[in-house]
Amino acid sequence: MQRLKSSITLGLGLLAGSSLFAAEPAPTQVGFVYVSPVGDAGWTYQHDQGRKEMEKAMAGKVKTNFVENVPEGADAERVIRQMITGGAKIVFTTSFGYMNPTEKVASAFPDKFFFHATGYKTGKNMGIYNARFYEGRYLCGVIAGKMTKSHVAGYVAAFPIPEVLQGINAFTEGMRSVDPKAEVRVIWVNSWFDPGKEREAALTLISQGADMLTHHTDSTAVVQAAEEKHKDNANLYSFSYHSDMSKYGPKSCLTGTTHLWGDFYTRTVKEVLAGTWKGTNVWGGIKDGMIKLAPLNAAVPEAVKKDVTKLEKEIKEGKRHPFAGPVVAQDGKELVPKGRNMTDAELGAMNYYVKGVASTLPKN
Amino acid sequence: MRYLSPLLAVALMLVCGMVLFLVLGKSPVEGFKVFFIQPMADRYGVAELFLKATPLMLCAVGLSVGFRGNVWNIGAEGQLLVGALAGGGVALFFPNSHSPLLLPAMFVAGALGGMLWAAIPAWLRTRFNANEILTSLMLVYVAELMVSWLVHGPWKDPDGFNFPQTRLFQSKAILPILVEGTRVNAALIVALVVLIIGWVFMNRSFLGYQMKVSGQAERAGRYAGFSARRTVWIGMLVGGCCAGLAGVSEVAGPIGQITEHISPGYGFAAMIVAFVGRLEPVGILLASLLMALLYMGGEQAQQYLGLPFSISKVFQGLLLFFILGSDVFIHFRLRLDRGRK
Repeated sequence: MQRLKSSITLGLGLLAGSSLFAAEPAPTQVGFVYVSPVGDAGWTYQHDQGRKEMEKAMAGKVKTNFVENVPEGADAERVIRQMITGGAKIVFTTSFGYMNPTEKVASAFPDKFFFHATGYKTGKNMGIYNARFYEGRYLCGVIAGKMTKSHVAGYVAAFPIPEVLQGINAFTEGMRSVDPKAEVRVIWVNSWFDPGKEREAALTLISQGADMLTHHTDSTAVVQAAEEKHKDNANLYSFSYHSDMSKYGPKSCLTGTTHLWGDFYTRTVKEVLAGTWKGTNVWGGIKDGMIKLAPLNAAVPEAVKKDVTKLEKEIKEGKRHPFAGPVVAQDGKELVPKGRNMTDAELGAMNYYVKGVASTLPKN
Repeated sequence: MRYLSPLLAVALMLVCGMVLFLVLGKSPVEGFKVFFIQPMADRYGVAELFLKATPLMLCAVGLSVGFRGNVWNIGAEGQLLVGALAGGGVALFFPNSHSPLLLPAMFVAGALGGMLWAAIPAWLRTRFNANEILTSLMLVYVAELMVSWLVHGPWKDPDGFNFPQTRLFQSKAILPILVEGTRVNAALIVALVVLIIGWVFMNRSFLGYQMKVSGQAERAGRYAGFSARRTVWIGMLVGGCCAGLAGVSEVAGPIGQITEHISPGYGFAAMIVAFVGRLEPVGILLASLLMALLYMGGEQAQQYLGLPFSISKVFQGLLLFFILGSDVFIHFRLRLDRGRK
């Protein structure tokens, strides 16, 4: 009788609580917290691709779930916590604003593992990861420098945080390394995702003479605007960001800096499961397979393709750094002397434009 | 009948939700359980429900004072943000204060901030007869940009690697937790007190009565000598004050700093709460809990059912639609009018 009763309670418990995790050798649950809807291109889309790749690579051992569009305010902590109480052992939080909530939950559950993208706080069971997006930006800049006729590039950007400034400056350095006359104009839209504003900014930049466009925002609006105006100016091209957006700009999107998180996710989850994990502070680039250029458009001449491939190899081998000295600020001040590369600490504190950016940075 | 309508709306929403789950290929029973039961399955969940409902009930009770007087303050979201800035600003400007008065000072500043933001549409309305629906709504975007500017600029954490956020508030500027191991904090008490004050004001004070009369029959109010201007001012200022308090309760509560993401639209959701709650404090208390449950259920539905996040929005929309619909059918009898031209 006692046994019957306890099995009833157990059964009820499973029903009420988590009937989903009843299977015997339960696969490890891995949760993902996304800041925007997955959609079909952009920051969150790339993370979700990574999640799927990881789940495939770890088939049978891992089960994943995600919550999308989680606001970066007070709700994040609850969502992360619920993932843990729902059975997750590992949680990846994929936006900067989740840093403090992730840290709080991590300290409440010391036997679970947390990984936060693009932040700077680590802990015993909390790792951080990010990618050197600027390496891809530099290569795009080089292509832009070779292809431009107006010597003006337009850049639609979200917020002047270091990550975005690294991209703008790397693009500028790359462009001017092959076209010293080139200048880059920036428009801030003060939003990560606002297709209307992004499009307007792109059109403004085109009207200011830019024939190379790129963006550090989440939508495909800039690529689409360029495709539309490509009819009027056959030398108007764009570079995508986050995802390969060539299907939105089949004629005009030359390439793009794409983010690849799959390998990192697989590697990290494997380490945690094997018990070999010893802290993560990953800032991976082309070398680590976390950044890649999207396939080059047929409009890119063979010679340029060759150059870019060579440069990509050099960056991979560490022979070339997008911010190799001398790096000169917009006002002419030398920031990094000739003979050395910018350090990671300097990169992380970037709050200026380099020489060649024609706009002025919004003042604090 | 007035009080039956929200119940009817909730019931219809549930039925519709069940059908929706069925259409999406999920078991309606499982869906109901995940959406409406699971968020409250443990102590932590219940605490989260109250935490999430706190800013909603604060905003809603303030708005309902205005709504009763036909003052349509659509800008509670902006007033909440300015309140958060004012209250949070006090915390940031006294980083070393150990005074027990710091938190009360933050709440006072937050209330004043919200009132200031609400005073602009009130003044525009009484001085220039500008529609407060438009002006208060537009000021929401101004407030958002102001938050953005401050956290990207002057108030940015100097040790925060240029990320758009302020310093974390010092411990004396953080609201005390009511139940250990949860996040539910003293702001809930503030909200409940405000609800009681709101009840007394609306049902037991002459001013509240005047507002009600002006709202229901503007002319009758005017003949009785009730000032329409005063109705506007009180409606807006009370709304702003409560929204400002809600802002402080968020930044000094679960967030603990000012970031760009203080509110996921509490000021707007509070309008639904106010109407589902029949503009009555007790109703608002219940409606805010229901609304919080819809938010949390949506998160659960994503995790356990793999449904998209918009499912919560769908439920919110259903609820508002059915409450408005029920009201129409309760207040009016529809008759087919054939042939009479």
